[in-house]
Amino acid sequence: MIFARVAGRITSTIHHPGLEGRSLLILDKLDRGGRPAGGSLIAVDTVGAGPGEMVLVLDEGNGARQILGGTDLPVRSVVVGIVDYLPD
Amino acid sequence: MFLGRVMGRVVPAVVCEGLQGVPLLWVQPLDKNSRPEGRPMVCADGTRMAGPGEIVYWEASREAALTLTPSFVPVDHAVVGIVDTIQLDELPGQEPVPGGAP
Repeated sequence: MIFARVAGRITSTIHHPGLEGRSLLILDKLDRGGRPAGGSLIAVDTVGAGPGEMVLVLDEGNGARQILGGTDLPVRSVVVGIVDYLPD
Repeated sequence: MFLGRVMGRVVPAVVCEGLQGVPLLWVQPLDKNSRPEGRPMVCADGTRMAGPGEIVYWEASREAALTLTPSFVPVDHAVVGIVDTIQLDELPGQEPVPGGAP
């Protein structure tokens, strides 16, 4: 999994049928200290992550399809957890 | 998935089985502020509705082929959806986005 922060969201009317009703978040990748590591990605939200929250992102297709259901979902990145804090 | 902007269309003369009739698009990857990032690539259009100038989101690798039916096709980048709006959160300590998102 990778570590990221919610930076925004996108809306989309025309998309793959498997994404119907799914929430798409824009995430900034973070390093181990919670600082931006450069790069962003779009992931499907399954946990209700809010603006600015640190999240865990599963970045692998088979796991993503297991979580979301369906065998033909074109999704690799799924938000699977919200991080409370990073112990030192 | 990642953001991109459709730059144009690609019209192939010969394609593999399974790719007949699939629209191919030139897509320039974008960062979250809609600025170009990286080199353009050709994407299959899973929506079959994207056109030049539109902002889309795309997927790479095996998941790209899953946008198409049948999905066992030689595709490594594909448009999954067309973006209506991008809403970026203004978080404390961050500079506002120059120009904003579309």
